[in-house]
Amino acid sequence: MARYMHRAENLARVIEVNETFARNTKGENEWLPLLALHRDEERFAKYYAQVDATSVVRFYVTDSENPNSIRQCSYYARENARSIRHLVSLELWAQLNVFYNWASSLSPRKLRMTELSRLCGKIKESCQLHHGIVETTLYRDQIYLFYKLGKLLELCDQTTRLVDIKYHALLPSAVDVGTPLDVAQWNALLRSAAAYHGYRRVYSRGMTPTTVAGFILLDGDFPRSVKSCVREIRETFSVLLAREEFREIGFDQSCLVELELLCNKSPDEIISIGLNQYLDQVQLRLIELGNQVSNRFLMAHYSTE
Amino acid sequence: MSAELKGLLKDYEPGSFYCEMLGNSTDGLPHTKDILARLDRLKPGALRRRSKAADRELFNLGITFTVYSDKDAIDRVLPFDVIPRVLSAQDWAHIESGCIQRVTAINRFIADVYGEKRILKEGIVPEELVLRNSNYRPEMEGHQVAFGSYVNICGTDLVRDDEGVFRVLEDNARTPSGVSYVVENRHLMLRSFPDLTDKIPIRRVSNYGMKLREALAEMARPDIDEPRIALLSPGVFNSAYFEHVFLAREMGAPLVEGRDLMVDGGYVHMKTTSGLERLDVLYRRIDDDFLDPLSFNKESVLGVPGLFEVYRNGNIALANSVGTGVADDKAIYAYMPRIIRFYLDEDPILQNVDTHLCREPEGLAYTLAHLEALVVKPVGESGGYGVVVGPKASKKEIKEVRAAVKAKPENYISQPVVGLSVSPTLIDSGIEPRHVDLRPYIITGKESWVLPGGLTRVALRKGSLVVNSSQGGGTKDTWVLE
Repeated sequence: MARYMHRAENLARVIEVNETFARNTKGENEWLPLLALHRDEERFAKYYAQVDATSVVRFYVTDSENPNSIRQCSYYARENARSIRHLVSLELWAQLNVFYNWASSLSPRKLRMTELSRLCGKIKESCQLHHGIVETTLYRDQIYLFYKLGKLLELCDQTTRLVDIKYHALLPSAVDVGTPLDVAQWNALLRSAAAYHGYRRVYSRGMTPTTVAGFILLDGDFPRSVKSCVREIRETFSVLLAREEFREIGFDQSCLVELELLCNKSPDEIISIGLNQYLDQVQLRLIELGNQVSNRFLMAHYSTE
Repeated sequence: MSAELKGLLKDYEPGSFYCEMLGNSTDGLPHTKDILARLDRLKPGALRRRSKAADRELFNLGITFTVYSDKDAIDRVLPFDVIPRVLSAQDWAHIESGCIQRVTAINRFIADVYGEKRILKEGIVPEELVLRNSNYRPEMEGHQVAFGSYVNICGTDLVRDDEGVFRVLEDNARTPSGVSYVVENRHLMLRSFPDLTDKIPIRRVSNYGMKLREALAEMARPDIDEPRIALLSPGVFNSAYFEHVFLAREMGAPLVEGRDLMVDGGYVHMKTTSGLERLDVLYRRIDDDFLDPLSFNKESVLGVPGLFEVYRNGNIALANSVGTGVADDKAIYAYMPRIIRFYLDEDPILQNVDTHLCREPEGLAYTLAHLEALVVKPVGESGGYGVVVGPKASKKEIKEVRAAVKAKPENYISQPVVGLSVSPTLIDSGIEPRHVDLRPYIITGKESWVLPGGLTRVALRKGSLVVNSSQGGGTKDTWVLE
């Protein structure tokens, strides 16, 4: 549920930013990177003839064939909540229910380019409302802690993917460094990650690939950075494992330790390792950690003596 | 129509039926006078707007039953009528004592038919009717439960005839549903109609979950101090899943599916993130057939292998017990007045609807001679399926049912058409009388307790007597006054 709602929010964010800021020199929007970001090129090609704004937006907002569309995210989030409906707060369920009913009944009119910004705003707000309801109403037992782990793993993963794709799209344009287009592209990346204003406060002058990637990934005060997420994952684990019912449970934390080591590198170090390789390492460990949590806690096997 | 009603209700005309608001007279009933006057002052447009808002709220809150297609889960709201059905304290006292009497007799009957079988030996109820009933579970022979309470949750369907007399239409002693609507309808009414509910002494229904939990805890093995209780649901795909969620939440009990449970070392355990946890009481919302593939339907994936053996050994309590369906069968129903007299030596407080058993020669002859005037019901069905209402049936339908009854008389009973009381109901063209029934819920652990309210189902189609939700029925809030 946490993961789906964050996925939906990120999608809305990326679509909105793409529409507004990611224009090439001819003033056209590039929609292909959006598909690449989610590794959806193939699935998209199966249902749509060409990559244009209308079809990409439909693919990501209302398409029920696309498991990553906002409609489907809201569906899975609601079905997840339904299966633990007796454990979540009434407000949490009701809001997800309203969100899905809204998202699944969006008409094509609502997807028009002129409406897009408003639409993305509404999606973002619904997701943020969900986060707020969780924080203020969900009973703080293990359910909440597992919810939080899921949320942080998703957030962290989204951040690395965003940097991964954008960085590659931007890197070959070394000749363009400092040109207005280049700055617009960096802008787009920062805004997709809701990092623009934070970045501006830390680096008031200039944008380089190293400082932008470094900020998004490693800034300890930026809430979506890998560093912040990993720190919070660590905190959540300590609370979880300190709980009465898990005192006896052993949990191998080597994966988490490795993630922390990766977060302690400097921006220059990760560029010299090779950003692509660095991000791969982070992503692999996030996946591994996620699997460990579900195997150890959520799908434990019980044998009959 | 009462001369005092000049607003919303001025054209309301219940005809020859007993009206829940007005009774049989044009002067109305003393206990509804105030409520009627308030209703009458509402404007139709405003009422309709508030009714729509109430529907929307039910939908948003997910107080719904769910229909699944390949990709979607479509939530449907059970139609809710905003005009309440009001019962006086005297009427309620009568219903309450009648329901408790009936459940007590049912429990004695079940204990007997799985035990000594006195009632069969003395010929009060035909032996083959019980022992060859498809709901009779020979596996239950000799099994005793705490306080002899086999039926812990019972829903007794009542109707009210033209004279305003309550009569029992059927007993639901297996897994009666609908109680979540009783509580949620009330919450909705209190939120949507503060003006209508203000300073009216309505008995509250919100403690149902607590009462249920208390009763279930009493059913656990007596040496267990704090029994652990769970609700066993078939899962999210069941149309009553909302109710399972509701009950688990109201009882503060975990909601589990068969796959969350396992039998080990003679006990039933729940799998949790921190290991196995023993369960002492299971409120199961799964039919007998699917409960345990080792004992009943082998194909069942909903149940828990080995559960029944643990139950037979007394190491878990099941609510309701296995095999209670033998008591709510339509064929047994006809014997209920005799069953009450046999065990309790009392006259029934609540009357049955006169019932003719086609399995008996007199019953069959009477039924065939009066088909056009009778309601013919197949005995094994639920949900109003297969019921033929003589006065409303076509010549063809009468012919078909005559052939069916003749071919297998033991499968049918017949009853006179009961008028079924009406209640003012908001429909597209205004306020009109619609037929209603009433299902009180009786909880039994050590003792019996009746929820002061119950589910009022309303047949929304004009003239229809079938209130089942599968046949176009809706619900109303049921007010029991202090």
